[in-house]
Amino acid sequence: MTGAPVSRRLRGLVFWSGIAMLCVWVLAPIYLIALGAFGGRAGVFRWPKSLMPWDTTLAAMQAFLAVDGVWAAALNGALVAGLTMLFSLLLGAPAGYALARYAFAGQSAFRMLVVLTRAFPLAILALPLTVTFIRVGLYDTAVGVALVHTALALPFAALVSSSLFMGIPRELEEAAWVFGCTGFQAFRKIVLPLALPGLAAAAIFAFVISWNEVFAASVLTVRNKTLTAYLLTVLAESPLHFRFAGGFLLILPSVVFMFAVRKYLFAMWGVANR
Amino acid sequence: MTGLKRLLAAAAVSGAALTGAMAQETIFLSTQLRPVEEATKVRQIILKGAPGPVTFVVEEPSPFQTRMDAETQAGKRTISMVGALHGELAPLVASKGLEPVDGLVAKATALGVPDAMMALGKLGTNSQMYIPWMQATYIMAARKEALQYLPAGADVNSLTYAQLKDWAKAIQDKTGKRALGFPAGPKGLLARFFQGYLYPSYTGGVVATFKSAEAEAMWGAFKDLWAHVNPNSASYDFMQEPLMAGEVMIAFDHVARLKDALVAAPNDYVTFPAPSAGKGRGFMPVVAGLGVAPNAPNKAGAMATIEHLLKPETQIAMARELGFFPVVKADLPADLPGGIKLLVEGVAKTQGAKDALVSLLPVGLGAKGGEFNKVYVDTFQAIVLRGAPIRATLDAQAATLQTIMNETKAPCWAPDKPGDGACKVN
Amino acid sequence: MSRSRLLPYLLIGPATVFLLALFVAPLVQTIALAFTHDGAASLANFAKMVGDLNFGLSIRNTFLLVLTVIPLQLCLALAMAMMVQKLEKGRDLVLWILIIPLGASDLAAGLVWLSILQDRGYFNTVLNMLGLVDGPVNWLSYETPVSLFVGVVLAELWRATAIVLVILIAGLQLIPKEYAEAAEIFGADAWTRFRRITLPLLKPSIQSALILRTVLAFEVFAVVYALSGRNFPVLVGEAYAWQHGNQNNGVAAAYAILVMAISLAATVVYIKALATRPETQP
Repeated sequence: MTGAPVSRRLRGLVFWSGIAMLCVWVLAPIYLIALGAFGGRAGVFRWPKSLMPWDTTLAAMQAFLAVDGVWAAALNGALVAGLTMLFSLLLGAPAGYALARYAFAGQSAFRMLVVLTRAFPLAILALPLTVTFIRVGLYDTAVGVALVHTALALPFAALVSSSLFMGIPRELEEAAWVFGCTGFQAFRKIVLPLALPGLAAAAIFAFVISWNEVFAASVLTVRNKTLTAYLLTVLAESPLHFRFAGGFLLILPSVVFMFAVRKYLFAMWGVANR
Repeated sequence: MTGLKRLLAAAAVSGAALTGAMAQETIFLSTQLRPVEEATKVRQIILKGAPGPVTFVVEEPSPFQTRMDAETQAGKRTISMVGALHGELAPLVASKGLEPVDGLVAKATALGVPDAMMALGKLGTNSQMYIPWMQATYIMAARKEALQYLPAGADVNSLTYAQLKDWAKAIQDKTGKRALGFPAGPKGLLARFFQGYLYPSYTGGVVATFKSAEAEAMWGAFKDLWAHVNPNSASYDFMQEPLMAGEVMIAFDHVARLKDALVAAPNDYVTFPAPSAGKGRGFMPVVAGLGVAPNAPNKAGAMATIEHLLKPETQIAMARELGFFPVVKADLPADLPGGIKLLVEGVAKTQGAKDALVSLLPVGLGAKGGEFNKVYVDTFQAIVLRGAPIRATLDAQAATLQTIMNETKAPCWAPDKPGDGACKVN
Repeated sequence: MSRSRLLPYLLIGPATVFLLALFVAPLVQTIALAFTHDGAASLANFAKMVGDLNFGLSIRNTFLLVLTVIPLQLCLALAMAMMVQKLEKGRDLVLWILIIPLGASDLAAGLVWLSILQDRGYFNTVLNMLGLVDGPVNWLSYETPVSLFVGVVLAELWRATAIVLVILIAGLQLIPKEYAEAAEIFGADAWTRFRRITLPLLKPSIQSALILRTVLAFEVFAVVYALSGRNFPVLVGEAYAWQHGNQNNGVAAAYAILVMAISLAATVVYIKALATRPETQP
């Protein structure tokens, strides 16, 4: 199958330039919005633009970060996303375990319920929820927003963790029972450590879903907005250079999150499809 | 389950504790001054001297109504005071979102808020429901280099729509650029242009004359005008950006949305009233007011904040920083920035025009304000952008408009002849 | 025995209660809202939806977008996945780069592409450097519907191909290497191996990727909105416009129900079309 060395080198060249093009396709837009974000007001109007970062200043970004509430909103967004991560794991992982290990009546009904959650534009539901939330005191709280975001993230958490548990042989657990562990001990000592990386990935995925959700977060809060919701109200009517600064700021965390989960993400989806 | 319950309980407790700790804070919800730079100025300059901590939160008109209604329905308030346009405050009377502020009337009158404006603030009740806050309107601005293309005999301060078209056409013929711009983007205020300027000027009305013969002719003329309008207009929300960028040379917009361009280069621009047509020169003054919510968590703070905002020095700062004009008696100082002076001139020329035809903001539409605007924007989109036949479009949209009027029972407002019962599209 | 029969219900209990409270209850309220007008049961909201100026256009645009983006996305993701599989050095780094858009919100992705495609954006700058245009050219206005559509498609490809890629790579990792090796011994070339072995074995992954992406694609609007404003109405965008701009929750609910119906129908189509017999899987 191998050709002459020249053609092999040619093929390698084509292959590597393909890889390089893919990376450029992803990274160049991020680089360009960074130019916009640091270009300031004058940068938006400049024509033709420079593709090099010579015209950038820190002024636009500094002005943006000085806007009242950006930092509080970032903190609040992280809190909401953290709670979402916690809730969706606490609710989703046990459900996933049940789906993986037991055959029980109503299983398919439950699966249907979970899938249905994804097929409806959930933000439309934020409105009926608003009145309920005000009544029970969850309105304008991080917990309230996190609960709605959990509804978004729960289907992923439940289905992914069910696949994870399915991937762990039942025999391991049974062996532990033989050695005198109770059901819970067997789960904690044998199953949990094996499932942990996948669960961590599912949790971070929940974090990302919450971090990026805008509409529920903006309807359900007044003061305690998440960063994305805060940016939506701030950005919708702001000049372009501000919007670019905001857009860039929203993408940065994604770069970090994806770095953190890059290995587990594939494991998580791999078993999820089985 | 118990874990979840405990979490929820903990959350509820911490929520309650938070509300307690913040009792001294006044939450001020506003539909005005939403853009980030403006909101920042309100927080850092305008509210600086307020007697207590004020949290300034902004919201678009529709979510604003939703939030106020949701809080009323649930019987729990987070918001102490509101700032919004006259037409946005009006529906709050029926939905019990405003508490009378009669205690402030004497003070406001002493500061020189005109009686007519105070009367508007009663919103048809016997009590003062809001205190006037600030006023503004819409004007036109042009870069000076555009003036050389003015058609012969046209005075920029008393343009007609026909002359505006010739002017834009001349620029396009000479420079190849379509230099006229309108804020027709999703967040732009184009609906107000139709309601307060185009319709009154051509038809002498807004609702009653919606599908009149004059309206049919008007849309035909406007479609011709649009041939010389920059196609990016459909994504302009604020005209100051394209003016600064040089994408357009002539623009119509709210004063606060032209301000940055004028302030950045006051020597490059002129300001002037919007054009006129057969029935006069339509113009729409905008009044925003301040109100207090019933069961406000911090009523005292809200009242004190309103007093602070009415002080002449605060009102002058609003004009200087934000381009909104005082409602109290306050002489604007001579050292205003050049751009703000241009705005003041433009507004004065608009108000003082001989053929000025005042058009009020929609009143009594309640939560249907958005659908009302949609009628005008949809008509524009269908006729001008998508080339639909004018008569058929007007008839179809008129039916929608009539339904809105019937549902809200809103009586006609100026320049339509005020009367009893739902306004009728003739 | 009774304990172990109860256990699964105890395990799914909290999640069920949660979804009933936070999804089903407001969903029922929303459906009720869609079918009432002035307090009486009626189809007025649906009539208003269908009679709206943008209704037909937004249906057409939504389907056009989904039917263009999803096949392109699948091909692109397959190509990416096959290339990444071949990598020996730097696989981790390349994968990380390729999945970065997965964490970007639609809002941010829309802004990214706006900065590129606007009149004075970087795309025109590059064209200018190549001597193809003299001044800023308009790509995103109502006068240029084709380039506007292409712009939206590009932004969607950039933003949402990563999730397909992740699912496909995960699926590829489950295919035993021996299959391909065996085929190679029998002289199958790369294309035949891909078509006869990889693709059929990847079917379950392709199915989940398609279902997920299609459901999400029908819900997309922030990207479209950022690039086109009102020039390219889509279904969910109209739903939000009715809810926020026009303050008519009944019509917004009607749109939401329509979107849900379309998404569910698409899911059923995929499940039928891509059905796999369990015994053909490793």
